[in-house]
Amino acid sequence: MAMSALRREGRRLTSIVSPNPINLLRASVVSSEEQTSLGVRYISTQIVRNRMKSVKNIQKITKAMKMVAASKLRQVQSKTENSRGLWQPFTALLGDSPSVDVKKNVIITISSDKGLCGGINTTSVKVSRALRKMNDGPDCETKYIILGEKAKLQLIRDSKMDIDLCISELQKNPLNYTQVSALADDILKNVQFDALRIVFNKFSSVVSFLPTVSTVLSPQIIERESEAGGSLGELDSYEIEGGETKSEILQNLAEFQFSCVMFNAVLENACSEQGARMSAMDSSSRNAGEMLDRLTLTYNRTRQASITTELIEIISGASALEG
Amino acid sequence: MLKTASRLAGATVFRRFTTGSTAAPAAEEMFKEAWSKVVPHIDPPKTPLSFIQPPPQLPSSIPPKLTLNLYLPHSTDLLNQQVDMVTVPATTGQMGILPGHTATMTELNPGILLLHQGNQTTKYFVSAGFAFVHPNSVADIITLEAVPINRIDPNMIEKGLAEFSQKLSSATTDYEKAKAQIGVDVHSALQSALTG
Repeated sequence: MAMSALRREGRRLTSIVSPNPINLLRASVVSSEEQTSLGVRYISTQIVRNRMKSVKNIQKITKAMKMVAASKLRQVQSKTENSRGLWQPFTALLGDSPSVDVKKNVIITISSDKGLCGGINTTSVKVSRALRKMNDGPDCETKYIILGEKAKLQLIRDSKMDIDLCISELQKNPLNYTQVSALADDILKNVQFDALRIVFNKFSSVVSFLPTVSTVLSPQIIERESEAGGSLGELDSYEIEGGETKSEILQNLAEFQFSCVMFNAVLENACSEQGARMSAMDSSSRNAGEMLDRLTLTYNRTRQASITTELIEIISGASALEG
Repeated sequence: MLKTASRLAGATVFRRFTTGSTAAPAAEEMFKEAWSKVVPHIDPPKTPLSFIQPPPQLPSSIPPKLTLNLYLPHSTDLLNQQVDMVTVPATTGQMGILPGHTATMTELNPGILLLHQGNQTTKYFVSAGFAFVHPNSVADIITLEAVPINRIDPNMIEKGLAEFSQKLSSATTDYEKAKAQIGVDVHSALQSALTG
């Protein structure tokens, strides 16, 4: 009888009612009580239980995402390592002049479409912005070409006027050279440039991604630099075999170099994205596990405290009756 | 004509050149300095110069073998091969490269690539691309595909040739004509590769 009275009391004080079947022993503590008479604060065990359920689900989801990212990484990694040789002969022949002084710069930022991949997209955008600052001059202009949604969202905020092209959904089909060369063709047709700077994250290991910038010069700039001497100075010594003029062959060379460098850059960035997602999801599952431990402790403490309170009430009630 | 004939025979003409290996660190240093002036709080990004291996030094005499690197988008198997001679399908015809060849760069047509090692000859069919010969007897060939001849199926070639010839005759725009012409060229090259 005391139990039913307490139950009625409890319900009047209740603000939150749980739809779950209630254990008889815990009937009086379903409410979220702030019993100032007792001087203690209790979180309802139901709320804690709901929280635990959702955290456990999140942990399962992030673990699954990590497994998916790991398997995708394996696939792309072999392709990436095989494509690493492709840009080397061009750099061996032409060198790399990242600090070349040109009028028209075009920065190609490669990023991912999906999120939850750590900070790689932010680093790419930071590097692109810094490159633009570096190349700012009296009559220099810098344009952006963005591959991937994440960089577009960030760059559209402050450089909306300077974005020439936005390309997304690059990884809908597995990456191959044909697709990238069609993309490179598109870019070359629509954009005037003196130097193209491709910003991407190079995959050096599963936990380390190095932001890298590859520079591809237009044929006119190559000729200018080779006449000026320096790293391209020996280019003149190479004889041109075939019926074309030097400028024609340099044109074809620059276009071919661009598509090769783009192919490697896109693959490396895809690899880095999967690796970053793997480590982000891994730390997220670990975090969820810790949170679950803390919540379990809270839940047990609350449950025990409420049982103790109930017992105290019953016993004190009974002893009051006895006199 | 004499020049081409002598090239086909693989005549060796040797000229001294400096390698570009000292220019590479200087360029990178320049970039890092310029970067840190503008954006000191962000680390400078890497450039391809930090990932490339330094080219072999200029030898004092003509080396006995040619170092051949064949670069493909999908494999790095055929790197650092020591061969006696390599014949590439340049735009002007088959070009032979021996150790000590002058520095050359040339475009390639689809055709046969021959590697001569001692008595063996390995034949590959390559798609279009570029070939560089560096002054230190290193040859770089970059193409999109290199298939050993024995893996090519003659029936598919005939079918492809018929298909592209038909497309060429029925093409309306310049673009379609160019595409069909390329298809016809590649398939005829394939055919002559198998027969020749």
